[in-house]
Amino acid sequence: MSGERIAAVIRKELRDFRRNRFLVGTMSLMPFVFLVSPMITLFRIPGSAPASLVDRAVGVTSLLLFVVPCVIPPVMAAYSVIGERDQGTLEPFLTTPIRREELLLGKALAVFAPSVVVAYAIYFVFALSIRFGAAHVVWAAVWHTPQMLAQLGFTPLIAVWAIWVGIAMSVRARDVRVAQQLATLASLPALGITTLLTFQVITPSVPLALGIGGALLVVDVVAWRAVSRLFDRERLISGARRRGGTGAAQPS
Amino acid sequence: MRQLSAKPWFRRRRVGLGWRPATWQGWAVTVAAVATAVVAVELLRRSPARVPVVILVIALYAIVALATGGAADGAATAETPAEPEVETPAPEPARPRTARPRRPLPTGPAALSVERLTKRFGERTAVDDVSFEVTAGEVFGFLGPNGAGKTTTVRMLGTLIAPSSGSAAVAGVPLRPENGVEIRRRISVMPENPGLYARLTVNENLEFFAGLYGLEQPRARIAASLDSVNLLARADDLCGDLSKGLRQRVALARALLADPAVLFLDEPTSGLDPLATREVHELIDRLRDSGVTVFLTTHRLEEAERLCDRVAILNTSLRTVGRPDELRDRLFTKALLVRTAQPLQAPEQVFAVPGVDDWRRDGDSYALTVSDAKLAAPEVTRALVAAGADVLSLAEARHSLEDVYLELVDEDVEAAR
Repeated sequence: MSGERIAAVIRKELRDFRRNRFLVGTMSLMPFVFLVSPMITLFRIPGSAPASLVDRAVGVTSLLLFVVPCVIPPVMAAYSVIGERDQGTLEPFLTTPIRREELLLGKALAVFAPSVVVAYAIYFVFALSIRFGAAHVVWAAVWHTPQMLAQLGFTPLIAVWAIWVGIAMSVRARDVRVAQQLATLASLPALGITTLLTFQVITPSVPLALGIGGALLVVDVVAWRAVSRLFDRERLISGARRRGGTGAAQPS
Repeated sequence: MRQLSAKPWFRRRRVGLGWRPATWQGWAVTVAAVATAVVAVELLRRSPARVPVVILVIALYAIVALATGGAADGAATAETPAEPEVETPAPEPARPRTARPRRPLPTGPAALSVERLTKRFGERTAVDDVSFEVTAGEVFGFLGPNGAGKTTTVRMLGTLIAPSSGSAAVAGVPLRPENGVEIRRRISVMPENPGLYARLTVNENLEFFAGLYGLEQPRARIAASLDSVNLLARADDLCGDLSKGLRQRVALARALLADPAVLFLDEPTSGLDPLATREVHELIDRLRDSGVTVFLTTHRLEEAERLCDRVAILNTSLRTVGRPDELRDRLFTKALLVRTAQPLQAPEQVFAVPGVDDWRRDGDSYALTVSDAKLAAPEVTRALVAAGADVLSLAEARHSLEDVYLELVDEDVEAAR
């Protein structure tokens, strides 16, 4: 594995994202969609509100914040390979000495960085606003250590899962929009565990958060290896699946 | 997904005071500002103690707006230098239509060695049992009609797709799965579609590829590559703003970046004006002089004839390989064309000279089949003078590479009927 090649892919992807009107627009509007509405809801809760009401409102808000790492990365990741094919850049790219693992890792990290930065930025602004502006019962529910640990720890892990799902769709789909829609749908199940946690169906605790985090990490690594195996240069270039053959260079 | 606009987000009103949004970013910022104001007023109305929260929300809005603006400004700056494309109408280069003087074929190890290579896509055979060798330093032309399997062959040799059977060695490395990276390190492929990142500048495109090849001193290499295709002045232009011809030249610069041992060029002059075409031809000449093996796929037969040491004609299977003049000799009988002012009285006696195998009348001229034109021509001239003929012209009938190509491809069409 060459760090230089991975870095080259990341640099190129970030430059491309930065100049992509659709992406810049989505990234800049996302904070308003995910931040303003839950904040208003939580600010409206009076200090005398019952604990069940507070827990439900905070749970819904936390879940909404988990949607960010579930929605942004797969849309970007789903474009990463099939988008290159659509604009005709994939063939020259694949004729360089890059290995498929390097290509995929570079693409994934390039999507990971902005997605997690946006998700964390939204969460920090949200948490600080609640800390200084909401009623005591509300901020006490938000500033609950296991809850915060889960939010901070799960965000990148969910993002990585969503990225691999997005890239898997991108590698196999024949159309960018189909890849993006399928990727968003397929990455949503990761919200299941966090939903159970945020609504305290599973009681959040530090060991539980660490355990689930570890499991997500294993899933992410397995997903990377699985997506690497799905990556078939021949299928991507010619649209045909490789059959039989003499074992001549179907490259790594 | 289009690029960010270089237009300013807001414009001054023509009537009255103030500014109005001029782009979607301007409108987005305006809507966001109004939404922020509404939220702020609502929060303050409910509790004046929430002033810090309001300040935080406004600060967030400002950060997002500035970040978005920064990205847009970056793109706008990059787009700005896009001056109007000047496609200089250039005269057709004054070059002889026939091939240059033959240079000796390079000798040495094979840069490409292909043995019974076959590629099938399901029931369809794209390339069938193709074998050839290309010597290091040779310019090898690969000709054939659309769908003949040229691009498939290049893709197999470029390790993009796997052969169904057969073997090959590329730049001295056997074409095997474990050698993919090593082969790609030694070659460059310039596909027919330039495949540039439209939102990146020329420099950034090449920088990306320099990183993929792990080049040392990438800036110097990029500058040298751009200089070789006369594009240094356009290094900071967005590729999306370039004409097709300029994009083709950027793709060529990209292919030269890694100093490849074997360079695959797929229609390198497609879409280029005559001047740019000549520059590419001269570049290929220079590459050959510096020992680079060039595998040239082209539809331009005069280009192949001018540039290539040898050509192969492919139509799913390989029809022929050789030097252009050898192919002519192999396919067409040699002939002399004689034109006289008046028909000859006894042509059978005039043309009964050594070296002339056969003759036929063709309108107001005579076509003589000869085994060696250089030996037969003086004999025929003497016989015509002795017969008192008014000779208008006597010339060797020349067949172009196009004739060879059409002859072979037509044979296939006939056979398919």
